Amino acid sequence: MTAAADRVLPAGPVTAARHPLFIATGAVVAAGTMLMFGMLAVWFKFRDASPLRVGRNNKMIHDWLPADLKIPEVATNTLAITMVIAAIMGQWAVYSATRKDAQHTTLALFITGVIGVAAVNAQVAIYKQMGAVLADGPYQTMFYAITGTMLVLICTGIAFSLVAAFRVLGGRIADRAVVTAHAMYWYFLSTAFISLWFVVYVQK
Amino acid sequence: MTTVNLPSTLGAEATANSGFLGSVGAWLTTTDHKRIGRLFIGTAALWLLAFVGVASLLGLERIDSKSLTLNEGMMTQLFAASKTLASFGVMVPLMLGISLAVAPIQVGSRAIMFARNAMLGFCLWAIGSSLVVASLIGNGGPGGGNAQMVDLYLLGLALVMLGLLAAAVSVVATVLSARTAGTDLADVPSFAWSSLIGSSSLVLTLPVALGTLIYVAVDHHYTRIAFDANVGIMKWLGWSMSQPQTFLYVIPAIGILAELAPAVARRTQPLRGGVFIGIGLISVALLGSVTQTVHEFAWTGTLIDKAKSFVPYALFNLLPILGVVVVLALALLTLKSDSIKMIAPFIPAFLGGGMILTAMLGNAVQLISSANLAGTVFEEGALVYISYGTVLVAWSAIAFWGPSLWGRMLPAKAVAGIGALGFVATVLAALPMYIAGFADQQADSVKDFDYSGPASLWNAVSTAGHALFALCVIAAIATAVKSFATGERVAGNPWIDGGAQ
Repeated sequence: MTAAADRVLPAGPVTAARHPLFIATGAVVAAGTMLMFGMLAVWFKFRDASPLRVGRNNKMIHDWLPADLKIPEVATNTLAITMVIAAIMGQWAVYSATRKDAQHTTLALFITGVIGVAAVNAQVAIYKQMGAVLADGPYQTMFYAITGTMLVLICTGIAFSLVAAFRVLGGRIADRAVVTAHAMYWYFLSTAFISLWFVVYVQK
Repeated sequence: MTTVNLPSTLGAEATANSGFLGSVGAWLTTTDHKRIGRLFIGTAALWLLAFVGVASLLGLERIDSKSLTLNEGMMTQLFAASKTLASFGVMVPLMLGISLAVAPIQVGSRAIMFARNAMLGFCLWAIGSSLVVASLIGNGGPGGGNAQMVDLYLLGLALVMLGLLAAAVSVVATVLSARTAGTDLADVPSFAWSSLIGSSSLVLTLPVALGTLIYVAVDHHYTRIAFDANVGIMKWLGWSMSQPQTFLYVIPAIGILAELAPAVARRTQPLRGGVFIGIGLISVALLGSVTQTVHEFAWTGTLIDKAKSFVPYALFNLLPILGVVVVLALALLTLKSDSIKMIAPFIPAFLGGGMILTAMLGNAVQLISSANLAGTVFEEGALVYISYGTVLVAWSAIAFWGPSLWGRMLPAKAVAGIGALGFVATVLAALPMYIAGFADQQADSVKDFDYSGPASLWNAVSTAGHALFALCVIAAIATAVKSFATGERVAGNPWIDGGAQ
């Protein structure tokens, strides 16, 4: 070190970033919301462009869902409820983490992950019950594209739950940012799925 | 969660000790935001050369509309390459690269938040853009004849979008969460603010394009019914490579201009709030682009019909222009100073900003339905104006922040000279397209257009402009490589400290 360098003031302290994970997850959630709602918008466009036919109660409806396909309503409704429960479990993890209760936080995070796996299982069951063949037409193509994208998002949620759970299990209970960001992501998944459920499975 | 990064000096030591492979490894695993930014900038410069080359080839083919030198089947791929490279190979990565390199320094952070995520973003973008180019060479892309290569194009484009999104999230998180303690968001420099707005706009619009891309890709791979197979790609995704979406890609360029004006005037911007509002106004374009609809203004029907057509047109196309005008006006207001001292990087920034404004004005004219400019080369002219204008601003940013990023300076004469020549090249390349657009020269076509007027002259001048711009790009890359590798080391930033003009 030169004499000049000795006289230079040392670098300042490292700036403590304020909630970077929460903010980044917020940005990811915003991107995910735009992704799902953008896909739903294209779905609406195609549904509105489909020809009209006489439906139940002699009402004119869009002939979008192919006649040979039946939506398994019990499975889809169960899946919707499952997604809401997953978000509640995410919030339970935040509640427990705030109270520095590592046991309940870990439990809540693992349950969220398991519920995510159940959601994936339910979606696969819906595919099997419907028996839709992807290459059969525009409805089937778009159905698999939008629900497949949702499935990928749920899988990332499961991975997030596992990472968060293992971090808490490893003793990092004081680091609440991960648990809070995790809950926000599952709120997003829940909201996105409910929107998809209403448009694709309820309105058909 | 706190991200801990190794100081860049440690990476430099590793590079010095482990030879070429070690050096490559150090670059590919770096978490230094300056290096990640430089990787984006360097790779974008290579795609810029490819883009300018393609534009020159297309111009060359247009000079004589009766005969073709190249294979006619290649034209579709060349037009697709031109549009894809302009947006996702040049404009977005250049601006994002500069944001990654400079914004953390400006907000007082030692590192970028989620540096590995930003690096992953670079890798995804680099791999994706290479796949896009490879697929276009292999007869893929929009209108491509090889189905597997079309699928490859769509996969590559998806990777490109995911990569750019990942890097944009890091920029947003850094500006929002890693500012020096006590620094309000309103206190950050203009460029950091524009990085935040530009990256947020990417976060909000690229997923919409990605969603449509998923539909198009699944449809193309399995059925090819709903989304018109290969010819439908541009119909469904073209909005993400044209105006007004491109306005969002260049928001940081306007921030660079706003940043450089006070450096020239040697005083602070008196109306910082106005600059921030101006930059924010440009992002209104995102509301228009995510609707994936062209908002034309039709002067027909009743007054209510006209109003219904005018309001979305004005909101999504005129309001962003107002934003740029506000920033430019406030930059000029700052220059009304006694202590003014011109610095070389300001010249390409100012000229490039003017080109971007010209593109925006052109887009506004093009969307007036009675101008009958839809489907003509006018839109191509606007894309050339905005992409080349962005390159000019990026050149000024590289020169201005070069001492902070590389520790060496670019020669002032080269910065100003290449900038001025690039401006001339941009005008030569784009203005004839505006004129030919009014003469009804068809877009995306290199032959059989016949209109009254010197068609060959417009296309020859445009080709000369592209060729000149290619020379400028080569000169800029050569100057940067030489100066940043072997130039004189400088301390601080002489452009700001007053040591350079």
